[in-house]
Amino acid sequence: MEYIMPLWPAYPELFLLVMACVILLVDLFVSDDNRIVTYGLTQFTLAGCALLTFFTGNAEPVYTFSGMFVDDLMADALKLATCVAVITVLVYARAYNAARGLFTGEFFTLALFATLGMMVMISANHLLTLYLGLELLSLSLYAMVALQRDSVRATEAAMKYFVLGALASGMLLYGMSMLYGATGTLEITELARLANEGVRAQVVLVFALVFIVAGLGFKLGAVPFHMWVPDVYHGAPTAVTLFIGSAPKFAAFAIVMRLLAQALGAEALTEEWRNMLAVMAVLSLAIGNLTAIMQTNLKRMFAYSTISHMGFLLLGVLSGSIDGYGAGMYYVVVYVLMTLGAFGMILLLARDGFEAEDLDDYKGLNQRNPWYAFLMLLLMFSMAGIPPTVGFYAKLSVLQAVVEIGMWWLAVVAVLFSLIGAFYYLRIVKLMYFDEPADNAPISASGDVRALLSVNGIAVLLLGIAPQPLLVLCIEAVRASI
Amino acid sequence: MTFQEIIFWFFSAVLVFAALRVITARNPVHAALFLVLAFCTSAGLWIQLEAEFLGIALILVYVGAVMVLFLFVVMMLDINIERLRQGFWSYLPVGGLVAALLVVEMALVLGGPWFGLGEAPRPAPAPEGYSNTKELGRLIYTDYVYPFELAAVILLVAIVAAIALTLRRRKSSGRQMDVAQQVQVKRADRVRMVSMPAVKEDKVEAKEEGGK
Repeated sequence: MEYIMPLWPAYPELFLLVMACVILLVDLFVSDDNRIVTYGLTQFTLAGCALLTFFTGNAEPVYTFSGMFVDDLMADALKLATCVAVITVLVYARAYNAARGLFTGEFFTLALFATLGMMVMISANHLLTLYLGLELLSLSLYAMVALQRDSVRATEAAMKYFVLGALASGMLLYGMSMLYGATGTLEITELARLANEGVRAQVVLVFALVFIVAGLGFKLGAVPFHMWVPDVYHGAPTAVTLFIGSAPKFAAFAIVMRLLAQALGAEALTEEWRNMLAVMAVLSLAIGNLTAIMQTNLKRMFAYSTISHMGFLLLGVLSGSIDGYGAGMYYVVVYVLMTLGAFGMILLLARDGFEAEDLDDYKGLNQRNPWYAFLMLLLMFSMAGIPPTVGFYAKLSVLQAVVEIGMWWLAVVAVLFSLIGAFYYLRIVKLMYFDEPADNAPISASGDVRALLSVNGIAVLLLGIAPQPLLVLCIEAVRASI
Repeated sequence: MTFQEIIFWFFSAVLVFAALRVITARNPVHAALFLVLAFCTSAGLWIQLEAEFLGIALILVYVGAVMVLFLFVVMMLDINIERLRQGFWSYLPVGGLVAALLVVEMALVLGGPWFGLGEAPRPAPAPEGYSNTKELGRLIYTDYVYPFELAAVILLVAIVAAIALTLRRRKSSGRQMDVAQQVQVKRADRVRMVSMPAVKEDKVEAKEEGGK
C-alpha cells in the first residue's frame, strides 16, 4: 500500500474519475428530453471537485503515488481555477449546444475526462504522468471538436488539430526521452536536482530542451507553432472553442512551469530556454496582433489575439524569477477570465441557425441591449490592456518582471504590439456603440447565463480596481511550489 | 564479430530498410506490410536487450492484432495516393532544407560521445529464476499504478470518442411497427363514423366562374 499513500492529495482526481464513469453509465438511461440530468450531475461533479481541491489544499508540497503526483499550492490554485472555468463553460454552452444537437452525454463525459487530464497535468511530478495527462486532455479535445460530425468545417478543424497535436506530442516525447538519456530519471524533482548539480552530458540536456520547448510551443499555440490555432478556433463549434480557449491554458501553463521552471530551472539551462522563449514571444506578439487586424470573423480574430496573449505569457515565464512566474500565472488567470466572457458573449448572441461570429453581427449592440454592450466593452478594454480593467495590470506585472531582468527591448516591443492590438479590440467597441444594428432579433438568455456573464464582466472591472490580492496569491502560490 | 553482433546488425539493417519503405512505398498495403516487418525486427532487437516480454507483446499485440486490423481498414479505403502527393515537389526545397539541417544537428549531438557503448555498460546478469514478465507486472501495479490507471482512462476516452463520432442511430422509417400492436388493431382505430346531413355540392366549374 505504501506505493499509493497518502491517498488524500488525489481525492479531487479520484472523485472526478469515479463520477465521470458514473455519469457515463447514468446517461445511458436518460432520454434526450431529460438530458438536463446529465448536465446537473456534471456540474455537481465539478463543484464537488473544486470543493475537494479547496479542502485538501495545503501550503507544503505533498508527494504521493511513488513520487509521481504532487499536491502543492500552485497545483491547488490552478485546479480550483480549472474547475470554475469548466463550470462556467458548461453554463454558457448549454443553450448553444441544445440548439445544435450537441447537448449530449458524450459532450459532458468528454469535458469531464478533459478536465481530469488537465488536473493530472497540473499535479504531475513525473514526465510519464505529465505526458499521459496531456494525451488524455488532447484526445478528449480532438473528439469534442469533431463532435459536430456533419459540419465539414468542424471535421477539418478536428483533423488538423489531431495531426498537428500528434506531431507536437511526438516532439515533447522525444525531448523527454533525451532527458532520460542524459539523467537516467523521469521524476521532476530528481531531474531538477541532477540538472542543478550539472550532468556530464550538458549538450544532450540542451538538445532535449529544444524539442521540449518546440512541443510546448505547439501546445500553447505560440508562433512559429501556431498554425492550428486559427483553424481550430474557427472550425470548432463555438462552445468547444470556448472550452479549448479557456481551461486548458491553466494546464498548459502548469506544464511549462513543471518542465522549464522546475525540472530544467538550473541557472545554465534557464539562460538557454530564455532566448528560445524570447524569440517565440516576440514573433507571437507580432504575428498575432498584426494578423488579427485583418480578420472579419470574430472567432478567428480571438484566435490570433490568443496567440499574442500567449506571447505575453511567455514573457512572464522567460524572466525566470518568482515574480515573473507569478506574473505569468496571474496573466493566465486573467486571460481565461476575459476569454470566458468574450466567447460567452458570442454564445449568448448566437441562436438556432445563427452563429453571431462575424464582426458585423455586433453592429449597434448598444441599441439592442446596452448592458451586454457594456459588458463586452469591459472585456474588450481588458483584452486591449486599458486601465482600470484587470488586463492592464496583467500586462503591467509581466512587463515589470521583464524589465527587472534588464530586457528593456522586450518590454518596448511588447508595448508597441499591444498598442497595435488595441486597434482591433476598440473596433468592436466602435461597431457596438456607433453603428446601426444590422439585425434586430431579440436577445434571449436564461437567468443563469445572464447572471454569470454579468459577474464575469464585472469581475474584469473589480479585479482591475483591486488587482493586488489575486497577484499576491499567484506569486505566493508559485513561491511555495517552485 | 560474435554471433550476437551479427544478429544485431542484421536486425538493425532490416529495420532501417523496412522503416524507409514504410514512408516511400506507393501502395498503402505494402507500406502497412513493411510496418509489420519493422515491428518484427524491433521485437528481435528488444529480445536481444533481454526485454523478452516487451518483444513478445509487440509481436502479439501490434503485429497480431493492431496491424491486421489496420490492413483491413487500408484495403477497404480507396486512398487516392496521387492526390496525397500533390504539391510534393513544390514543398520539397524548403522541407528538404529544414529536414537536412535537423538531421545534421541531431547527428552532431547523437553521434557525440554521450551515446557511445561506454555510456551504457552491460547490466549485471540476472539471477537464476529471474522473470522479466514478473518484474514488469510488479512495477506496473506498484510504483507505476498511477500512470497505468491513466492509460486505462485514455483507452476509455478512445472508446467514448469512437462511439460518439461514428454511431449513427437508425431512424425508424415509420413503416415498421410492433407486430403485436398491428394485430390488436380495432375497427375504431382506423375508421371514424361521422353522421352529417346530406349536402348537394355545386359543380366545380360553376363555382370557379362565380369566384371570378
